[in-house]
Formats: sequence, C-alpha cells, structure tokens
Amino acid sequence: MTQLENEILAIKIEVVSMWTLVESQLQKARAAMMHFDRDLAREVVLKEKRVNAFELKLDRDCENIFALYCPVAVDLRFLLAVLKINTNLERIGDIAEGIAKYVIESIGDFDQSIFKKTQLITMFDDSISILADTRIAFEKEDTILARSIFKRDEALDKINGDAIDRVSECIKDDMSVMKDALYVLSIIRKLERVGDQAKNMAEEIIFYVEAKVLKHQKDTAKS
Amino acid sequence: MESTIVKAVNYNAYFGDNHVVKNVNIEIPRNNVVAVMGPSGCGKTTFLRGINRMHELIPGATSTGQIFLNNEDVYEMHPIFVRLKIGMVFQRPNPFPNLSIYDNVIAGYKLNGIKLPKAEKDKIVEQSLTRVALWNEVKDSLTKKGSFLSGGQQQRLCIARAVAMEPEVLLFDEPTSALDPISTSTVEELFHELKKNYTLIIVTHNMQQAARVSDKTAFFYMGELVEYDETKQMFTNPSDIRTQNYITGRFS
Repeated sequence: MTQLENEILAIKIEVVSMWTLVESQLQKARAAMMHFDRDLAREVVLKEKRVNAFELKLDRDCENIFALYCPVAVDLRFLLAVLKINTNLERIGDIAEGIAKYVIESIGDFDQSIFKKTQLITMFDDSISILADTRIAFEKEDTILARSIFKRDEALDKINGDAIDRVSECIKDDMSVMKDALYVLSIIRKLERVGDQAKNMAEEIIFYVEAKVLKHQKDTAKS
Repeated sequence: MESTIVKAVNYNAYFGDNHVVKNVNIEIPRNNVVAVMGPSGCGKTTFLRGINRMHELIPGATSTGQIFLNNEDVYEMHPIFVRLKIGMVFQRPNPFPNLSIYDNVIAGYKLNGIKLPKAEKDKIVEQSLTRVALWNEVKDSLTKKGSFLSGGQQQRLCIARAVAMEPEVLLFDEPTSALDPISTSTVEELFHELKKNYTLIIVTHNMQQAARVSDKTAFFYMGELVEYDETKQMFTNPSDIRTQNYITGRFS
C-alpha cells in the first residue's frame, strides 16, 4: 500500500469510530428518555465533547492530506465526502445532546402514552437503524444499501408530518401532558433531522464510490 | 465550437522492431493546452516527437498512420516547414551558448537562411521576449550570452526562440523538470498566456502540473492512448481504472 492509501485507511477507521460514537450517543439519548435516566442523559452531554474532538481531528487530518498528497480521483472524492460526513455526524451528535438535555430539563418522567401515540419510539429506532446502515454502506462502499436510505428517510418524514396532529390530539385529550407533548414534538423534529443527515451521508457515499452527484435531486431520480 | 488543429489517425511509431506508440487516435483542439502523461517508456515523448517529425531523425525509427496539422498530413509536407509550424521546447534549457540573447531569439530565421531587415528583427525579438514574459528582465542585456541567464530564464528564452518563428503549435517535452519551483511557476503561468495564440502539447511527469495547466489530458500506457478527456474529468473521475491507478499512485 502507498503512504496515501495508509492515510486514507486511517481516516476511514477514524470516521467509523466517530460514527459508532454518534450511534451510541443516540442510543443512550433514547434510553435516557425512555427510562427517564438523568445520569445517562448527563453522560450523553459530556460525551458530546468527544464527538466535537473527532470532528476537529478529522478536519485537520483531511487538511493535511490535501496539503501533503494532493489527492485526485477516488481519493479526492473520498476526502471531500469525509469532510461532509464529518459535519453531518457532528450535527447528529448535537441532536443526541439536545434530546439528553430535554431529559435533564424536564421535571419528571415522560408520559409514555404520548410516545406511543406519536410513534416516537418507532421513529427513534428507525433513526438509529438508518444511521447504522449508512455506516455499513460507508464501510463496505455499498451504494445499494446507501440508496435504500432515501426511502427509509421518507418514513421518518411521514411520522414528522403527522406529529402536529397527533401531539394536538394528546393535548386535547389531557391538558396536563402539554409540556411533555411539546418535548416529544421537539424530539420528533430532531429525529427527522437525523434522517436528513443520514440521507446526506448516503449521497456522499454514492458520490465517493460512483462519482455521481445526487444532491438536490428528487428521491425518485436517485435510485 | 473548438476546431481541431492536430489530429493523429492510427499513428504507430517504432524503434526498429520495438512498437512504442500503438495505433493512437487523438484530436487536439486549437488554443488548448493538452497534457500528455504516463509512466516512463509509455511512448508519450515518442508520440510528441512524431507530431513534428522529429521521431524520424533517429536511426531505425519509423512510423505509420497519419498526423494532420490543419487537415494537412504532416508526413506529406516538407519536414522543415512542419517544424516551423510546430515548434518544440525540450526538458533542459538549451539556448545556443555562443549566441547573444538577441541572436538566440532569431536563431530559427538565421538557421533557415531567412534574412530580415534590422527593424523587423528588433520587432520579432521584442515581441517574442514579451510573449514569454522575459522582455523586462533582459531588454537592457540583449547582447549578453543566453547562457548567463538563470535556468528558468533560459527556458523562457528557448520558448521565445520557438515563438519567434510564429508557429501554430508548441510541443513541450517535460519543460520544467530541470527548473526550481519559482521558475516552474513562472513557466506554468506562461502556458496560460501562450494558449491565447498557440496550441500547447506538453509531456509531463508532474501530474499536478498537468492538472494545473492543461485543458485536456491524455494518458499513455505501454504505447497505447488509454484515456483522453477534459483534465477536470480525468483528475476527479477517470473512466479507465489504469488512469485512476496511475494518478492515485497505485500503479504497480
């Protein structure tokens, strides 16, 4: 392997480590919310610093490769994709932190019936699963798996689209759950963004592997 | 639409039995910079020398196929006329060491027995040196020997010598490989200026140079023209795996 190949491989390992950390952050944010575990929520907030550190290190490492190796073709596309995936992962880290902060801020246990009515748990599980599959697509350079993310993101968008009505119904049924319901609505909005970030990352994987630019195209044209 | 100035049709070149350029077909657009790259021994320099019929000067060297300049087969033209129309600059700056800067610029006219009035010669010298961004540096020392100039200046003097003959095409064989980074940068800047008036074909081992200066890039491997495309396309998404392996340094 050339030195550049070694450097690229090191970057790939670093991205996967960051990705795994972000997935874990999201899983812990879910568990903290489900079980109203403030300690776990605090752990998520603390570990967000590690996500940020990963972002800075990846930026610096990519910058060094650009400066020292003048990468071209697939190497150039890989690094450009990594720079964007890095930003997307950092934002998902922020989302996990934001959800954890809701748990810390809220006065007591969330009303679990709202989770069910709004499909929040389904959405959370789907978001985590989409994020994991996008990582696998990145690791294996699997553009078929990457393309499957676009459709799955639509399911998250649907839950998000229905959220206002469902949350309104919950409040209408029982005014005392208003605050919890608003938290849930905020979490749904955040998880919808996780789907968008995963979709962006899937586009970057396809750009890196196939040199095809899918950004700003309709989802039907992407498959 | 860009018009084609140089076209190779089924061009082959040999050194004795050694088939070094294999059935190359390529069209070079006018006022473009075309980089020719590939590993050592891939036939890129031989192809370049075939364009202005310098290949045939080597004992045992032969070629088949056609090279066209403005739709005229150069192998049916007088070789001297071909080299007037298609100038060449080599790897190492090679000004005539015993000639002044002035005489170096108009050496092509002298060697071809073309006599010009002094005023005409003065005009050609100033115009040629200006075109290679050397006039301001040497205008007060035109009578000095060309060999007193720095390496980068000598190379620009050689380009001025080629430009003085008013060619249509300039061939460069690794023109900056013997120059320091500053001189290299000056010559590269010059390529951007020169392409306004000439078509440039540059053989280079320096891939970043190919990426920086050329509009189109041709990749040769084992005598074959593997890929020829817009430089931006070649360096972001080459279509042939051999090109990708070469430009990313994965060539074994």
